[in-house]
Amino acid sequence: MTKIKKGTSYAYLGLIFLFLYAPILVLIVLSFNNSMSRTVWGGFTLQWYFNLPSNDTIMDALWTTLRITLSSSILATILGTSAAIGINRMKKRHAAIMLGATNIPLLNADIVTGISLMLLFTRFTSLGEFSVVLAHIAFSVPYVIFNVLPRLQSMSDACLEAAMDLGATPWYAFYKVTWPEIFPGVLSGFLMAFTMSLDDFTITYFTKGAGVNTLSTMLYTELRKGIQPELYALSTLLFLLAFLMLIATNFKSINKKEVAR
Amino acid sequence: MEFIQYDHVSKSYGKQLVLDELDLSVKENSFVTLLGPSGCGKTTTLRLLGGFEKPDSGKIYLNGNDITALPANLRPINTVFQKYALFPHMTIEENIAFGLKIQKKSKDYISDKIKYALKLVNLDGFENRSINSLSGGQQQRIAIARAIVNEPKVLLLDEPLGALDLKLRQSMQYELMKIKQELGITFIYVTHDQEEALTMSDTIVVMNQGYIQQIGTPEDIYNEPENAFVADFIGESNIIEGIMIKDELVSFLGVQVPCVDKGFGTMKPVDVVIRPEDVELDAPGKGFMDGVITDCLFKGVHYELDVQCGGYEWLVHTTKYYEVGQHVSLNVIPFNIQIMNKPESEDEEVLKEDD
Repeated sequence: MTKIKKGTSYAYLGLIFLFLYAPILVLIVLSFNNSMSRTVWGGFTLQWYFNLPSNDTIMDALWTTLRITLSSSILATILGTSAAIGINRMKKRHAAIMLGATNIPLLNADIVTGISLMLLFTRFTSLGEFSVVLAHIAFSVPYVIFNVLPRLQSMSDACLEAAMDLGATPWYAFYKVTWPEIFPGVLSGFLMAFTMSLDDFTITYFTKGAGVNTLSTMLYTELRKGIQPELYALSTLLFLLAFLMLIATNFKSINKKEVAR
Repeated sequence: MEFIQYDHVSKSYGKQLVLDELDLSVKENSFVTLLGPSGCGKTTTLRLLGGFEKPDSGKIYLNGNDITALPANLRPINTVFQKYALFPHMTIEENIAFGLKIQKKSKDYISDKIKYALKLVNLDGFENRSINSLSGGQQQRIAIARAIVNEPKVLLLDEPLGALDLKLRQSMQYELMKIKQELGITFIYVTHDQEEALTMSDTIVVMNQGYIQQIGTPEDIYNEPENAFVADFIGESNIIEGIMIKDELVSFLGVQVPCVDKGFGTMKPVDVVIRPEDVELDAPGKGFMDGVITDCLFKGVHYELDVQCGGYEWLVHTTKYYEVGQHVSLNVIPFNIQIMNKPESEDEEVLKEDD
C-alpha cells in the first residue's frame, strides 16, 4: 500500500517537474542543434555560442543590459536598505502605511507600471537608458526592503544600545553591530533586484525609447524577424545566469538556518 | 552633592507619566537596588542614567558634573542588559574587547583585561567560543565581563538575572556580590524580585507608579515599612486598619494591644502591619484573640495557615501542623507590631483596594 502511495507521489512530482522544465530543456537542446530547423536534429555543435560575440545586435544588448541591471540593482539596494532602516524605526502605524505603499509596485500589473512610468518620463525627461534605470530602481526597491526588514526586526534594540553603552558612536555601532546582522538580507535583496532587472521585459519595453535594447527587448524584436539559433544559445545563457543566482540566494538562506540552529 | 544625583527628573512616554519629579541620590561604591512592580519607573530611572533616554525636565549629576545631555557613549557608565545583548556575530573575546578597542587600548592590555574579566566571572578559557554555544547563565556572565573591563564608575544592571532559573539566580547573586566587592564600584540594580533586593543591596529604593515609596537598608525596608504598599510588596504581611489610642497602645479588630511605636498622636487612624512569621499560635484563650484555622498548606520550610479571627483572615507561618477547623488564639509580641500612617496619595489607596 505504502509502496503504491510512494510511487504515485513520485510520479506526480515527476510530472510537475516535466511540465515546468521540459520547455527549457527543449530550448537548451536546440541551442546545441547543428541545424536551423526546430524539428530536425542535425548533430551537436557549439557554433551558435561561438557566433554570439561577433553578433553586434546581441553584444550591444548585452552591454546595455549589464549597465542597466548593475546600476539599477546597486542603487535600489542602497535605497531599499535605507528605507528598511527608516521603516524599522517608525511607529507601527506609520510603518504599516509605508509598507503598504511599497507593496503597490509589487502587486501592480507590470503593464500598468510600465505605461504610467512612460507617461511620467516623457513629461520630465526623454526616454533612454537612464529612464530604464529609473524604472528598474522603482520596481526593485520593494524586493530589497522585504529582504532587509525582517533582519532588522529580528535584531534587538538592546544590541545597538549595548554598543553605544560601550562607547561606540551611532555610526560605529551601525557598522559593527547592525551591518553584520543585516548583510545577508542586503545581499539577497541585491541578488533579487539584479534578477528582476535582468529579466524584466514589459516595463523596460515601455520606458526604453528608440534605439535602446536590453537582452529581453532585443530577443522580442529579433524573434519577430525570424528565429536565429544564436538566440537559443543566448536564452540558455540567461537561464543559467538566473539559475546560478537562485542557487546563490538559496545557499545563503540554508547557511543562515544552520547558524541559527 | 552625592556621587549620583537625580534632581527633579520627570519623564513621560506620550501621555503616560512614568517619573514625576524624581529626586534620588546614590553614594559612591554602594549597591543600590531599584525595586518595584513592572511599570513603576525603575527601568526608566536606570535608562536615564545610562543615557538611553533623555528626561523631559530635571537634571542628572554624576560626580558633581551635569550629565543630563551627555550621550550614552560618552558616559563613564556601563550596563548589563536584561537579555544579555551580546553581539551574536562576534566571539566571546571580541565581545569583551569591544569597548576597549574603541578606547584604542594596546593589544597586550586588551588581552590581559579579557583574561582578568573572564576569571572574575568564572569562565576562564572561553575566549574563542561562540556566543551561541553558551547557556543563559554563561551569556549573562559574559555580558558582565564585557561591561566591567571598561572600568566604569557605575555599573547598571537591568534585571540581569530575570531570565535565569531559581538555582542559577541564587548562585549568580553571590557572584555579583563578590564581583562588587572585588571592583569597589557603584552598582545600580533594577529588579522586581524582593528577595534578590534584600539579599544583595546596601540600599533599597522601593518605587511605585513613578514615585519613590521608601529608601532604606534591606532591614529597614523589611522591618519598618513606611506605608502599606511597601509592606505588601516586600514579603507577605497582614495589614489591618487600626486606631492609635496613645503612644505604645493600638486598637484593632476590637482589641487593644501594646506596641512599641510612639509619636502618632492620640486616637489617630493607622495601618497595623504584622508579618506572618511573627504571629504565634496558642491554645484558645491564651492569646489576645481567638480564631479558627480555615486553611493549612505545606510550603517546605513552614506551613502557611489562614486563620479566621476577629473578622479578618490572618496569614500565619508556623513550623507546626494544625488541622483545618482547629480553634487557636493569636499572640504577637509588641516589638513585632509595626504601625504605619494611613496612605496619603490616591494611588496608594487604589492599590490597596485592588489587592
